[in-house]
Order: sequence, then C-alpha cells, then structure tokens
Amino acid sequence: MNIYLLTDFGSTYTKMMAVDVDKGEIIAFAKAFTTIETDVTEGYNNALAGIKAQLGDFVPAASLACSSAAGGLKIVSSGLVPDLTAKASRLAAASAGGKVVKTYSYELTEFEIEEIATIQPDIVLLSGGIDGGNKKVLLQNAETLTKTKGNFFVIVAGNRSAASEARKMLEAGGKRVVVCENVMPAFGKLNIDPTKAAIRDLFIENIVSAKGLDKVATMMDMEIIPTPLAVFEACELLSKGTACERGLGELMAYDLGGATSDVYSMADGLSKSGAFISGIQEPFAKRTVEGDIGMRYSLHALYDLICEEGGLGDFDPAEVGLWLDTCKGSPDVLPQGEYEKFAQIDAALAAWAIRLSATRHAGQVERIFTPQGEVFSQTGKDLTRVEYIIGSGGAVINAPDPLTILQEAAYSPRDLNALKPHKPKILLDKENALAAMGLLARRQPDIALKIMKTSFLEI
Amino acid sequence: MEGQDKATLVIGVIGADVHAVGNKILNYTFTKAGFNVINLGVMASQTEFVEAAVEADADAILVSSLYGHGEIDVKGLREKCDEAGLNNILLYVGGNIVVGKQDFNEVEKRFLAMGINRAYPPGTDPMLAIKHLEEDLKA
Repeated sequence: MNIYLLTDFGSTYTKMMAVDVDKGEIIAFAKAFTTIETDVTEGYNNALAGIKAQLGDFVPAASLACSSAAGGLKIVSSGLVPDLTAKASRLAAASAGGKVVKTYSYELTEFEIEEIATIQPDIVLLSGGIDGGNKKVLLQNAETLTKTKGNFFVIVAGNRSAASEARKMLEAGGKRVVVCENVMPAFGKLNIDPTKAAIRDLFIENIVSAKGLDKVATMMDMEIIPTPLAVFEACELLSKGTACERGLGELMAYDLGGATSDVYSMADGLSKSGAFISGIQEPFAKRTVEGDIGMRYSLHALYDLICEEGGLGDFDPAEVGLWLDTCKGSPDVLPQGEYEKFAQIDAALAAWAIRLSATRHAGQVERIFTPQGEVFSQTGKDLTRVEYIIGSGGAVINAPDPLTILQEAAYSPRDLNALKPHKPKILLDKENALAAMGLLARRQPDIALKIMKTSFLEI
Repeated sequence: MEGQDKATLVIGVIGADVHAVGNKILNYTFTKAGFNVINLGVMASQTEFVEAAVEADADAILVSSLYGHGEIDVKGLREKCDEAGLNNILLYVGGNIVVGKQDFNEVEKRFLAMGINRAYPPGTDPMLAIKHLEEDLKA
C-alpha cells in the first residue's frame, strides 16, 4: 500500500489526510492543534498519531505539506493607478497564495506607512508605471519604504527603467529586495507569473523558516507551499484535467474561512453577450481574497458590510449581536450544542459572505445607450457560462443547508450587473480536501483529479 | 521613455462612440511615424485616457470623436489631467466633433477655451497632426 500524507498547517488546526494512491482513495483524516508557538512538529506528530490510530503503523510513500499558520503569507501590494498597476499587483499577490492585507495606489502616505508597520507583512510588492512610463511613483515609494519599520521583503515589479534605482535605494535602507519583471509591462497587459514565482521562492527559502516551519519542512518530501496556492493548483487541475483524464471545464471555487473569503475562477472571462471590454483583461486562473469577509475573525467587518446593504432582515439584531460577540470571544466556536440556536444566523451570514465575495470577484456589465443604439460595456470576467461552483471551508460544508448558501454565488437579479454563473451545478467539498488535493496534484495529478471528481458531490 | 527618443501618445475614441475604423488608421499611422502608441480603442472614458497617460507618463492624449458629442465628452478633460498631475500634457481632439454644419473657427475656439491644444475638423490628414506633434513636443 502506497500512502501519501498530506498536511495543512492552519492557524488553529493541523489537518492531515492520508491517501492510498494505489486505490485512489482518501483513507483517513485527523486533526490536532497547531503548535506554532512552541514546536510545530508537536501538532504534526499529534495529527499523525490520529492517522495511525486509524490505519495502524506505516511508512508513508511521501509526505507533503502546505501552511497558512502564523498569519499566512501576508502581503501588502502597491501600484500607481488603482484600476491598472495597483490591481495587477493585487492579482499577482493573490495568485501566489498571499493573504493580501492591503493594496495601495499612488504615492504612499505617512498614514499608510504606519499602517504597513502595524500589519507586519512578510512581503511588500512594489509596482507602478508601465515599462517606459511613470518612474516617479516607484522611486518615491521605494524611498518611503526604506523609512518603514519592519522586517519584510520587498519585491520590485514595476517600470523596468526605474527598478534598479529602486533596488539600490531599498538596499541602502537595509531592506531585502527582489527585482522581477513588471506586473504590467504594457498598457492593459498583465504579466503576473514572474512575480508569482518570486513570491513562491521567497516563501520557500525564507518565510517558511521565519514562521518556525523549518524543522517540519525538513521532514517533508517537497517544499512547503502556501495553502491558498495548493487550493489554486487543485482548482486549475480540476478545471483543465490531465493528459489521461478530462477536467470539469470552467469552474469557480469558494473557500470560506474564519479570517478571509477566497474565491477562485478558472474561466476565460470573455464576454458571452458581445459587450465591449474596458480595463485590463483578467487571467484565466484568478484568485481574489477578501480580508473583510470571514466567518470568525472578520465577522464584525462582514456584518458591517451586510448592514450597509440593509441588514439581516429576518433576525433579531440583539441575537445577531450576541452571536457576533460569541464568535469574537472564541473563534473556534461552532453553532452546535448550546449554540445551536444560532445556526440559522450563522448560515445567513455565510450566505452573505458568499454573495458579497462573488460580486467582488465577478466582472460587471453596464448598459449604455448611444446614438448607434444600446451597447454593453464589461469590466472584469464574464462568468455567466461557468458550469460548476465548488463550496469548501467549514462554514459552508458543516452548514445544515449548504445549497442555500452556495446559491448566492450564482446570478441573481438582485445583483443585476454582476456577471455571475447563470445555471451552475453546485458541488460540495464535503471532506475539505481541496488543499490536500492541490498538494497531491504536484506528484500524482491523475489520482488527485480522480479523487476530486468522485468526492465532490452535487447538491 | 522606451527607446528614449520616442514620444508616448494615448489615443482612443471617447464616450459612447463605437466608430472603430479611423481609430485603427490613426494607430497604424502614428506607430509608423515612430511614436509609442497606447490605443484605448472605442468607447474610452475620460478616466481611461487619464489613467493610461499617468501609468505611461505620456506626452500627449489624442481624442477622437465621430458621433457629434465631442464637446460634452471632452469637457473637463483638461481639469482631470491637472488633477492627476499631468501638467501641460498635450491634448488634441479630432473627428466629427460637433453636430451639424458649424463654422469650424467657432468650434475650434470653444475647444481651445476648454484647454485643448489643437482641434481638427472632419477629413484632416493624420500627417498634419504628426507635424503638429513634432512642433509642440519640441516646444
């Protein structure tokens, strides 16, 4: 029997899955508290003991891991114009599996510098100016960053004519710098892969050890990658398939967590109704991460957004407030047992989380009347023909009625202009296997694909 | 600037205007004449012109309008450029920029008063704009 151990070091739990690669089945699952403060191998060994209690003793064929422990891969990104290079830098950081805490545009202000010092990012991504274009913003921000407190790396991915000068300034200021190709070398043209690679390399070579994961990293058969990157790769595999087996085609996935809501789309995003595209053309594989939409740590921020839209009409605000405070006090709480009466409220909040993050991820269409007749103008991706939506994350998979929650990811006349899927099939990642399958995909893509296709059930 | 001596132009058709042919001709002609051209295509908003010029550190914005609403579409563009820090950037406007048969001298005056550097009547040879660009950029 060939067993692969797939471990996800989360902020609270270390989750471990054992897969029999000969049979192509998930055979065991165990979790233990993450012990990042002391020694992360403790939590790992506890989870492993849980697996061995089910399977007996064995030597795994391979052990692979991803991590979002110790705050995840915190990135602050910046650019010049919000809809151009700033947006490109955010897309690059999100596709690399980063938790993009903030995205700034134009020259960094004193207030923003203080904010960066408080955020304590692992990486600051500096961009701005297309190649041959504006140099001033990159140089100005590089200079400002040298005065910013913090032990972060700086990736310079802006106007190439200003990049080496920016590097010199930052290095003279004691910052560790990586220069890579511009995230937007020509107007409207995205080039995020070099930045994605630079972030990945920094994570593997430096950030893993800074987060206290180096000891456990030596026990693995592959470098530890950020958990959202593993999910991203699982989605890509499930969509595109392998040489031997077809994928599902265009799809979206939602990973609703305690701190963030992550949305993935694997779709070309071109207009299906002949609209004119304005702004940058977004990539086939896109990830967005919403730091103000989450089910525990960001629940208050989410509720503020809901109130702006009119609030949770059917529920007593006092009860909602009580649940919000309970979640704030103990982020591990589940709406079960003594808290069962809050299950409906929790589900309603989750539905809003999906709706809001879906609307932000999807493109928008606007109807314009012209002397030549009616025309449509589209920004972002048209996802109306996407066939599958995959729901993942505790708040979704443990809900009594996940379908109602996930239907918020589909098109609705309430969000008339959002280009969300019209008639998607909705699949549930009941085993919460997305991240583990992304890990397995790096070694055994056919098996990872087979497991996903059989274990994600239509609801 | 790319290649240092190449000037950067932002071109496009402003407003809810979908006339695409002239825009393609201008793109071809300006590129051929040695400019670095950023073409926004049709239905470009003022904001798109300004943002593209900011990122590209452009030397001039050349606005086309073919459907008669040029005056209202271009109004405020100079102020937006000033606001975005594009001080003294060259602004040219051409096409069928107003409705009906109006005296072009009057039309030109109105556009110059809006802070546009040069306005062109229908049927202008692109070579004239190129000649003007060379003069104005030297100045």
